[in-house]
Amino acid sequence: MAVTAAGRPAVDLGEPGGWRRAKNRLAVGAMWFAFLCMLVPLGFVLAGVIIKGASVITWQFLTSSTIPPNVLPANIGGMGPAVVGTLEITAFAAVIAIPLGVLGAVYLNEYGGNRPLARLISFMSDVMTGVPSIVMGLFIFTVWVIPHGLTGYSGMAGSFALACLMLPIVIRSSYEMLRLVPDSLREGSYALGATKARVTLTVVLPAAAGGIVSGALLAVARAAGETAPLLFTIGFALTTNANLFSGANTALSTQIFDNVLQPYTGAVDRGWGAALTLIVIAFIFMLAARIVTARFARYSR
Amino acid sequence: MEQQEQKVTAKLQPPQTTQAETYAATDAAKVLDARNVSVYYGSFRAVTDVSLPIYQNQITAFIGPSGCGKTTVLRTLNRMNDLIPAARVEGDVQYHGASLYARGVSPTAVRRRIGMVFQKPNPFPKSIYENVAYGPRINGIRGRSRLDEIVERSLRQAALWDEVKDRLNKSGLSLSGGQAQRLCIARTLAVEPDVVLMDEPCSALDPIATGRIEDLMQEIKSRYTIVIVTHNMQQAARVSDRTAFFSVLRDEKPGQSDIRTGVLVEYGATQQIFEDPRDDRTQAYVTGRMG
Repeated sequence: MAVTAAGRPAVDLGEPGGWRRAKNRLAVGAMWFAFLCMLVPLGFVLAGVIIKGASVITWQFLTSSTIPPNVLPANIGGMGPAVVGTLEITAFAAVIAIPLGVLGAVYLNEYGGNRPLARLISFMSDVMTGVPSIVMGLFIFTVWVIPHGLTGYSGMAGSFALACLMLPIVIRSSYEMLRLVPDSLREGSYALGATKARVTLTVVLPAAAGGIVSGALLAVARAAGETAPLLFTIGFALTTNANLFSGANTALSTQIFDNVLQPYTGAVDRGWGAALTLIVIAFIFMLAARIVTARFARYSR
Repeated sequence: MEQQEQKVTAKLQPPQTTQAETYAATDAAKVLDARNVSVYYGSFRAVTDVSLPIYQNQITAFIGPSGCGKTTVLRTLNRMNDLIPAARVEGDVQYHGASLYARGVSPTAVRRRIGMVFQKPNPFPKSIYENVAYGPRINGIRGRSRLDEIVERSLRQAALWDEVKDRLNKSGLSLSGGQAQRLCIARTLAVEPDVVLMDEPCSALDPIATGRIEDLMQEIKSRYTIVIVTHNMQQAARVSDRTAFFSVLRDEKPGQSDIRTGVLVEYGATQQIFEDPRDDRTQAYVTGRMG
């Protein structure tokens, strides 16, 4: 090795010392700190809900009819109607919002280009993302529930409000996924004589499907937990109402709201039980999103 | 001295006369015939006044320095430039005597007959089988046995069958670069096009993969007409029957900013272009004196 007069090797390939290492440690430390800051509240929330809710949950709690929030202990009455309500209301909201949102995103990315309509839709959907959920509830209350009088409260009205909430999320997440599809794939398809509709349906959407589905399921999970849009729209029910389209309904989120407000231990316990049930349902959606994404990613590597 | 003068004029004007002269007579039928094609991207004229015929069952190579419009001209031959919003084509391209740019011509119908292989292999994120079956399917071919047959035939033509026959259900993205490019060629051949346009198909490949694709071109040229854009002059000399040399024309009028556009300098039999070029610029390029 060539050595200079000072005795040091001419080529210095050693680890950088001092300040650069310190900066590295600092940055890694900051990342760990941020990670822990995020993990701690999550841990406390999960632990709190599980500790307080787990003791309440029994098969009877998950299936039997609801009682009005009152002084009775938690082993009387259950969340059956709310579980059914949450599932059906969220499912119908997804049926409305996901096709509309995906089609909207396809228009924005594949057809709209820089047209005024596309820019307007994009802007409006961004504005809609920022609208508080309670305002969505108020909107459906005003345009749907009030005009229908006493029959206005229904699971469907709740679905409308949730769909308003989900729509911009679905549009945005689908749009981002479509944007990631490389143009070379579109060109490859066009070069085989495909029409634009074919290119979109057989190449672009399948290539983006994993991301679109997981984005949509995250929006569903998010909507399943919403309380405010349902407060004005679904009314209140004590028995299972499988009919989404008529009659008042109930949901886990509104049950939590109603029960936890009470001064009675039994009601508060029922609220915790409902909270744990809701978290488990949301968790199942997330898990489904992961599985579906992995399935669609089969051919993408 | 006279030669020097000619060279200067040739640089300032699109070389109509030399071009016409180099259309050496050939018995082969014209499949495509570009006539005075100019392509604009917005207000930028990328290519000016290119006229060249493409002959049946021949391999025609486009060579020239970067930015001379080879790819742009290639893309006018199957209307791929339609996909670029700001692109506009002037002039006409005739395909078996019918205009590709006439009113009422469907670009989709054009591209079903004139296929394209791209610079970067772009297999779809589908299985190998589905990649090849894609074209036939969108052209309305149904039935598993019919598709099986087309997939096998196309993969054999593209010299890929033996390497993938046991894993047709694996992702097209699992293939190596050279295999992926041959898959893209198989995909193009599966729709049985008349003409195959290749835009630098080997630029991302190693010499072995390049060699396989060149062999493959020789094998399929009896059934197809091939146009290939290449940066590799040895490749053009090796594989092509006819070569078109494009160059960049800089029109430096006083008081104007540098206006540059691609022009066709010389077009003829490959051997003539490489061994006896008529234009000094071709001479300079093929002997490596000019970029």
